[in-house]
Amino acid sequence: MVDATMPQSRAATPAVKRGGFHKAMQRRSTIAFLMASPLIVLIALLVVYPAGYAMYLAMLNKSMQRFVGFGNFLFLFKRDTFWLVVWQSCVFAITAVAFKALIGFIVAHFVHNIPNAKQRKWRGMLLIPWVIPPAMSTLAWLWLFDPSYSAFNWLLSFVGIGPIPWTGDANWARFSVILVNIWVGAPFFMIMYLAALKSVPEQLYEAAAIDGASWWQRIWYVTLPMMRNIIAITTLFSLIVTFANFDIVQILTAGGPIDRTHVFATWAFRLGIQSSDIPLGASVSLFMFPILGIAAIFILRDINRRGNESA
Amino acid sequence: MSTATMPLAGPGTRPRYGSMSNDRKWAMRWSYFFLSLFVVFFLTPPIYMFITSLKTSAEISAATNPWWVFNPTLDNYKELLTSNTYLIFFRNSAIVSIFVVTITMIISVPAAFALARMKFWGSATLATGVFLTYLVPDTLLFIPLFKMFATFHEWTGIQLINRWWVLLVIYPTLTVPFCTWIMIGYFASIPKELDEAALMDGANYRQILFRVFIPVALPGLIAATIFAFTVSWAQFLYPLAFTTSADQLVLPVGIITTLIKGDVFNWGQIMTGALLGAAPPLIIYAFLMDYYIAGLTAGATKG
Repeated sequence: MVDATMPQSRAATPAVKRGGFHKAMQRRSTIAFLMASPLIVLIALLVVYPAGYAMYLAMLNKSMQRFVGFGNFLFLFKRDTFWLVVWQSCVFAITAVAFKALIGFIVAHFVHNIPNAKQRKWRGMLLIPWVIPPAMSTLAWLWLFDPSYSAFNWLLSFVGIGPIPWTGDANWARFSVILVNIWVGAPFFMIMYLAALKSVPEQLYEAAAIDGASWWQRIWYVTLPMMRNIIAITTLFSLIVTFANFDIVQILTAGGPIDRTHVFATWAFRLGIQSSDIPLGASVSLFMFPILGIAAIFILRDINRRGNESA
Repeated sequence: MSTATMPLAGPGTRPRYGSMSNDRKWAMRWSYFFLSLFVVFFLTPPIYMFITSLKTSAEISAATNPWWVFNPTLDNYKELLTSNTYLIFFRNSAIVSIFVVTITMIISVPAAFALARMKFWGSATLATGVFLTYLVPDTLLFIPLFKMFATFHEWTGIQLINRWWVLLVIYPTLTVPFCTWIMIGYFASIPKELDEAALMDGANYRQILFRVFIPVALPGLIAATIFAFTVSWAQFLYPLAFTTSADQLVLPVGIITTLIKGDVFNWGQIMTGALLGAAPPLIIYAFLMDYYIAGLTAGATKG
């Protein structure tokens, strides 16, 4: 609580004099602006400026001596690898997010079904993949996928399924990076959906049960409409994060075999940092921008809608 | 909560009520069964890390059951915890994360207070801007930042590339927007009567922030702190792009670059290093799980 440490004399003088009110308001907004200024400086200098600078960089030649306009983009459009990366990024993000959402939804229902007292323990265990830094857990997956000592293949050999080239074959490698991404992200969806499930009033389900609704109708007509907003926000947010994912692909396959698992982030890293072609790398990473922008607009719309609902 | 509620109808529905609770029982049993399957799926990698970390190189390369330890040994742990390089990675990670958490809080708490309570010109736009900033991924910014640091070096002679402390400058771009965003949510949910009462008592803004808002929103503050720590500890792209020499590396990059020499993977050491590297966030999580989850959901359910 607040202990009034201010001397009584100060409190007794009218804080807001006639005419001084405007000054007080002005002073208040100045203080507020000063309090927010480090944040503004940080965002302007290290987020907004670099984002704009990336656009400028993307229009230079490799040695960054000459302005080439859209030359880098035209160069990319002519390369097969570029279209491969576009396609792979989209497949990677959409598939992973769809499965994360589905698994999150299913697991959230299971957790919701068990007695409250036990939920905490299960929820705690299920969120662990999300807590471990992805760079570390991906190493464990890399080891599980190892070509010669794969612990998965050892288990599968008993079922008679021959050694699977988890990271060696293009399609298996694509499967593997998506699987690891699902593993990392599904718990996050589960937590979000569980919070949403808990906020659905029990009476709705009772009313549905009295009306003779099947479990499927209950999910379709009660649960999903009530959760629609959270589902939209979580999915869009995850789409951005997954689309821009770097750690998992970099550690698991580094884009290989023969570029068959590259996504925008890893390819930009390969070109910009490892091959020192900063303009080209910047051009590649800029292609993420439109997709991020569209998702961001929808997220903002949904969040504002939520705010209006709760108000 | 979800106990079988009595139907409001007469005796006609009695048998149905019995079947409903039976359904519930079965739903619960199935839930446990499937949850166990998912837990196996979710926990296999960390458990396999642990299994491998207890093995000698000889046992790892032997054609025995990989899911079992025949001669458990703590050699991997001993070796890493006495190796200078690994301890340096750990130290760098710890210093960077603690500093970043501090910087993040110093920047985002006052900013969130200003944005939640003191309207000023452009404050609504700024709040939206903060959220949008949070959506800009590191993978979009690392190339221009890399070039900016090089240009900075040309102009001032101060080298930023390959210095661990450059991470203190750029990590806040990842943590501050989110922490400000959720703190705005927590601060906005504090009833206006509290600060009005404090103002009546003659408190100034600094006192309101430190004596009213921070104590009341402490759970949110803890959640934001944990988030900032976890993000800093786990960040992989920036240190990979901006630091190269062994004494400047943080854990995730250090493990990958030093323990993997060409084609030789020392898996026992890698798994031990990764497990020890994952330990700090896991330990914090074990003790503060509820704050963790509150922070996670606050980002989307508030605002």
